Amino acid sequence: MTGPNVILLATVTVLVATGVFLMLERSLTRIIVGVILLGNGVNLFILAAGGPTGRPPLLGFSSVSAISDPLPQIMILTAIVITLALVAFLLALAHRSRQLTGDDEVRDDEEDRRVIARVERELARDRLREQAERVRRIQAEEGRRAGWRAWRGLRSTARGERRDFRRRMREEWERQMAADDPERAMDTTMGEDVQ
Amino acid sequence: MNNVLVPLPVVLPLLAAGVRLALGPRITRVQRGISVAVLLSIVVIAAVLVYQTDRYGPQTMDPGGWPAPIGVMLVVDRLSALILLVSSVIVLAVIVYAIGQGAADNDEVTPLAIFHPAYLILVAGVADTFMAGDLFNLYVGFEILLTASYVLITIGGTGARVRAGMTYIVVSLLSSVVFLLAIGLCYAATGTLTMAQLAVRLDALPDDVRLVLQLALLVGFGIKAAVFPLSAWLPDSYPTTPAPITALFAGLLTKVGVYAMIRTQTLLFPGSNLTTLLLVAAALTMLVGILGAVAQTDIKRLLSFTLVSHIGFMVFGIGLASRAGLAGAIFYVAHHITVQTTLFLVTGLVERRGGSTSIERLGGLARLSPLLAVLFFIPAMNLAGIPPLSGFLGKLGLLRAGVEAGTPLAYTLVGVSVLTSLLTLYAVCWVWNRAFWGDRSKVPEPGQIIRTREGLGGTAIVAAAYPGSMAGTTLALVGFATAFTVVAGPLVTYTDRAAAELLERTPYVTAVLP
Repeated sequence: MTGPNVILLATVTVLVATGVFLMLERSLTRIIVGVILLGNGVNLFILAAGGPTGRPPLLGFSSVSAISDPLPQIMILTAIVITLALVAFLLALAHRSRQLTGDDEVRDDEEDRRVIARVERELARDRLREQAERVRRIQAEEGRRAGWRAWRGLRSTARGERRDFRRRMREEWERQMAADDPERAMDTTMGEDVQ
Repeated sequence: MNNVLVPLPVVLPLLAAGVRLALGPRITRVQRGISVAVLLSIVVIAAVLVYQTDRYGPQTMDPGGWPAPIGVMLVVDRLSALILLVSSVIVLAVIVYAIGQGAADNDEVTPLAIFHPAYLILVAGVADTFMAGDLFNLYVGFEILLTASYVLITIGGTGARVRAGMTYIVVSLLSSVVFLLAIGLCYAATGTLTMAQLAVRLDALPDDVRLVLQLALLVGFGIKAAVFPLSAWLPDSYPTTPAPITALFAGLLTKVGVYAMIRTQTLLFPGSNLTTLLLVAAALTMLVGILGAVAQTDIKRLLSFTLVSHIGFMVFGIGLASRAGLAGAIFYVAHHITVQTTLFLVTGLVERRGGSTSIERLGGLARLSPLLAVLFFIPAMNLAGIPPLSGFLGKLGLLRAGVEAGTPLAYTLVGVSVLTSLLTLYAVCWVWNRAFWGDRSKVPEPGQIIRTREGLGGTAIVAAAYPGSMAGTTLALVGFATAFTVVAGPLVTYTDRAAAELLERTPYVTAVLP
C-alpha cells in the first residue's frame, strides 16, 4: 500500500519542482506551462492525501469500508476546472501581449524600470568621469597637444553615451505608447482579424 | 437551523450576471437597473443578517441539503455579517459611480457587456468567501472573485493593463496554489475540511504538524492580503485600472485575505506560536508600505502604497490575538474598506478634472473645484487618523490593545503604528499641498486630451464637471465613512462582541455541528 503512494509523491515532487522553475521564467507561455504542471502536482498531492485506494465510491455497490475516499476526487475535479479556465485566460493574455508588443514577456514594474534607468545613467557618468581622469593624466604627462586630442575623443564619447541613453528611453516610451493605443497596436502584427 | 437569507448574497449576483450575459449588450437601462437592484437588495440582506447574528448567534445554511461535516455549509457570524454589510455598501456605491463614469465616457474604457457581469461575479465570490464554512469553499470563493478580478484588471486590453495583469494573475495563481496545497495538507492531517470540525481535530494534532498547516495557510492568505514580504505585486498592478475598479480592488480584495487570516487564526489555531511572526510582519508592512508611499509622485500609486501600509494595522490586531486586538482589527477592516475605496474614487474625479493623477501635472485644484477638495480632504484626514474621524478610533482601539498586551514587542508595534500614522498624514498632506494648492495654470483647460507618460496607461480627457452620480456617490461614501464616528459607540461594542465570539469558538462550532 505504501508503494503507489511513494510513486505518487515522487511525481508530485517532480511536477511541483518543474512548475516552480518554469514560473520563474520571463515568457508568459512558459509560466503558463509552469502553472499547469504546478496545478497538476498539487492535485496529485490531494489525491495522495485521500488515503489508500479502494473500490469505486458508489453507494450500494460495495461496503463503505472498502470504497476509496470520494472527497479528494471532488476537490481535484473542481481544481482542474478552475485551472483550465485560468490557463485559457492566461493564453488569451499572452496572445494579446504578443499583439501589442510583439512578445509575451512579463516586464519589470515601473519602479524597477526607473531604478534600472537611474543605475544606467550613473554608470555612464562614472565611465565619463574615469575618462576625464585619463585625459587629465595624458595632459600632465604628454603635454597639451596630446591632452587636447584626448579631450576631443572624450567629448564625442560623452555625446554618444547621451545619445544612446536618450534613444533607449525614447524607444521604451514609444513602445509603451504603442502598447497603450489599441487602434495602433492592433494593425502592427496581425491586421484586423482579432478583437 | 437553515436561514434562507444566508446564501442570497452569493446566489443573487450570480443569477443577475447570468441574466445580463443572456440579454447581451442590449437595453442598457434595464441592465444597469438589474445590477443596482441586486446590489441594493444585498445591502438590505446584509443588514438583516447583522441584526440576526447579533441577536440569535451565527446563522447557517447547507445549500446541498446534507448536514454539516459532509455537506458544504455557509456560516455567517458577527464578523462576516459586519464585513459583508460594509462591503456590500461599497460595492453598491462603486457600481453607481462606474455607471456614471461609463455614461460620461460612452463606455469606451469599461465595456458594459463585460464589466457588469464580471463585477457581479466578483461580488458573489467576495460574499462566498466571507460566508464559507469549510476551507475548500473558501478556496472556491477566492477563485470566483479572483477570476472576475483578472477580467476586470485587464479590461480593455491596453498595454499597461496587460502588463500589470500578467504580474497580478501569476502572483494570485501562485497564492491559490499555495492555499490549495495547504488544503491538501489539512485534509491529509485531519480528514476533514469543515472549519468547525477542523477546529476540534486540529487541537489533537502534534504541534509541528499544526505549525506547518498554519504557515502554509498564512503564506497563501498573506499574498492575497499583501502583507510585507509578499506585497510587492500590489502597488504595481492596481493603479493601471480605471478608477472604479481600482477602488473596488483596494477596498475589498486585500480585506478578503485579512478576513481569511482572522478566521483561520482564531478558529483553527487559537493560542498559536506565530503571533511574534505576525507582529513583526505587521510592523514591516506598515513601515515599508508607508516609506514606499512617501516616495511616489502619482496619487494612485501613493494610495496603493498606503493601502499596503495600513494592512499592517489589521495584522497587528490579529497578531495580538487578544479580545481588544481582534476587536480593533475588525473595526479597522470596516473603516479601511470604506476610506480606501472613497479615496480611489476621489482620485478618479481628480483624474477627470486634472487630466492626470501625477502630482507634477496638478495644482490649484482647491480653487478650480472646491467640491473635489472637500471630497479629498475628509477621507485623507480619515486615513491619517485625525481625531473625530473613524481612522482615529480604529487606531486608538489598536493602540490600546497593544498597550494592554504590554510586551516589549507590542509596545514597539504601538510606536511603529504612531509613526506610520504620522507618515500617512505627511503623504496625504503632500498630495494636498501639491495638487490642491499652488499653481493653477498646470491644470489643462477642459476639453483637452491628455496622454500620460508615467506609464499608468491610456489617455484622459479633461472635463470641467463630473456626472452627478460620480460626485454624488463619492459624497455619499464620504458621508458613510464619517457616519462611523457617529455610530462609533454601538459599532465598537459590536466589534467587541464579534471578537469575543471569535475567541470563544463554541458559538461557531455548535452552530455548524449541533
